[in-house]
Amino acid sequence: MSELYYGQAIGRALADEMRRDERVVLWGEDVAQAGGIFGVSRGLLQTFGPRRVKDTPISELALTGAAVGAAMTGLRPVIEIMFMDFIGFALDPLFNQAAKISHMFAGQFSVPLVVRTAAGGGFNAGPHHSQCLEAWLAHVPGLKVVAPSTPADAYGLLVSSIRDDNPVVFVEHKGLYARKGILPEEPGPLPLGKAAIVREGEDLTLVSYALMVHQALEAAASLAKMGVSVEVIDLRTLNPWDKAGVLESVRKTNRLLIVQEAVKAFGVGAEIAATVAEEALDFLDAPIVRLGAPFAPPAVSKPLEKAFLVSPGQIVEAARRMVGT
Amino acid sequence: MVERKDVELKLNMYRTMLKIRSFEERVAKLFADGEIPGFLHLALGQEAVATGLCAALAPEDYITSTHRGHAHAIAKGVRTDRFMAELMGKADGYCQGKGGSIHLADRSLNHLGSNGIVAGGIPLATGAAFSAQYRESRQVAVCFFGDGAVNEGAFHECLNLAALWQLPVVYCCENNGWAEYSAQSSQTRAVNVAERARIYGLEGVRIEAHDPYVIYQEAKPLIERARDGRGPALIECLTCRWRGHHEGDAQKYRPKEDLDAACNVDCLALFEERLRVEETAEQTTLDQIRREVAEEIEAAVAFARQSPLPGPEIALKDVYKEVEA
Repeated sequence: MSELYYGQAIGRALADEMRRDERVVLWGEDVAQAGGIFGVSRGLLQTFGPRRVKDTPISELALTGAAVGAAMTGLRPVIEIMFMDFIGFALDPLFNQAAKISHMFAGQFSVPLVVRTAAGGGFNAGPHHSQCLEAWLAHVPGLKVVAPSTPADAYGLLVSSIRDDNPVVFVEHKGLYARKGILPEEPGPLPLGKAAIVREGEDLTLVSYALMVHQALEAAASLAKMGVSVEVIDLRTLNPWDKAGVLESVRKTNRLLIVQEAVKAFGVGAEIAATVAEEALDFLDAPIVRLGAPFAPPAVSKPLEKAFLVSPGQIVEAARRMVGT
Repeated sequence: MVERKDVELKLNMYRTMLKIRSFEERVAKLFADGEIPGFLHLALGQEAVATGLCAALAPEDYITSTHRGHAHAIAKGVRTDRFMAELMGKADGYCQGKGGSIHLADRSLNHLGSNGIVAGGIPLATGAAFSAQYRESRQVAVCFFGDGAVNEGAFHECLNLAALWQLPVVYCCENNGWAEYSAQSSQTRAVNVAERARIYGLEGVRIEAHDPYVIYQEAKPLIERARDGRGPALIECLTCRWRGHHEGDAQKYRPKEDLDAACNVDCLALFEERLRVEETAEQTTLDQIRREVAEEIEAAVAFARQSPLPGPEIALKDVYKEVEA
């Protein structure tokens, strides 16, 4: 067992998979020489050499599209879009090409591609460096979207993502890079599509992912002191999401609160809420509630960013209203 | 005295061009009669380019194609019967009817797909070239696109990347002077595409492209140079588009002189004349080829008509590739 930073766990997963499979290559902006702007790929160029670990020009469209072409022709690229806010330039290769190649060519090709990207706010970085855009990609048939909240999950889910023969967008939260966690002795793959119950409870199911899981756990601890028992579920994978796991929990607690950092409107939570309402209405004692950012871009100034990000206090308030205390 | 091998090559080129011409003319009629769903973009007038380029390729070399891709597919060697079935949206088509004209691929021929997105194939070919370089396979990727694509960001990003990494890719610009409904001169001041490529550090060649053997002679050294790891190239082929952008486009925007001038250049008739005059190809040989091609096209139509439509369950197949155990 070892204690690692989230970023280190990701770096370890990259190294382990590159050692295991010669077809895995790494591309991105400043990932090789500089080891990544968050230090995640530090040391990989030295270990695996410039043939396998490459810095690209600032060309998200080319780097993503070329990775799709390489994935179609025998390689397993893991590329990085430095900030998720930059994914706009990479969209055509992702949603029109990677996502559709298996289907439209009737299974002749697969695209075993992983796109790692850093999302999330908390650094006052403002409108172009703070966004959570996972809902855009979760909406695309043919893509998978993963969002780990701990170092151990980041390791296991990245291993599975790399071994998956489909295009996977692996969303790292930049606020988690500095968070530590335990990695088991022989860490292995964690299955995609399976959520984790990170806190058991009876009164309310709280579904979340990425950094918000930690806000949720903080809120759950406060709520416990007030006599409210919250079951916190960490989705881990956003598409495909663990519908069975969430429904099982809702059937037990009869209340559902979904907490995401991303803008609330048209987000991942909307899909979960609608599905649970369709399939488990009889089990609900209260309307489903979603918490997320207001419908505005993130901003730089401290009070403005604070107004944008869901806080543990807001989670506590929402949960209390739902249970009627 | 011309070498026997050369005569054989030219006769094959003649057969290919005739096949493309006949296929396109036949398909134009089928489309007008309602037997082909979707959009159709014919390569009539441009047959020489694909013929010349593909003659210079080894079977293991990759191509990416465009919405105007029938010539590329036939020159690469697709079966006209399965191709026709795909156009008609039938189950025996290359993509079980899911791709149709614009999204056709054949993995066995290393045809990585025609594309519904202008410039969509440029990054894919670039990545396939990286894969070949990485695996040291000596494969080359040839990327077809038109004069319209060269103003997409993908063109710039990928040529830059290909030159930087010295990838084994040859970009082939089929410059027919018309980007959908717009003349090339209305879309850019930088009309010389080969010159753009040279600026990025590629070898750039610009030719009048009506004779497939001339095209072959220009393309072959560029392809072998790329194969030897001496860098990417771009060949700009000045050609003619006879029909509208798509079937149903009356080309009202096109000046009559321009259309007449284009239609007066018949690369097939010119090549037949060349064979007759220069190569001493017997008329009986050419007639035999004509007969065989006509039979092949009719057989393809019969095959496609007899093929069943895909069942609705095919719409949901191959969205994802199942994870290997």
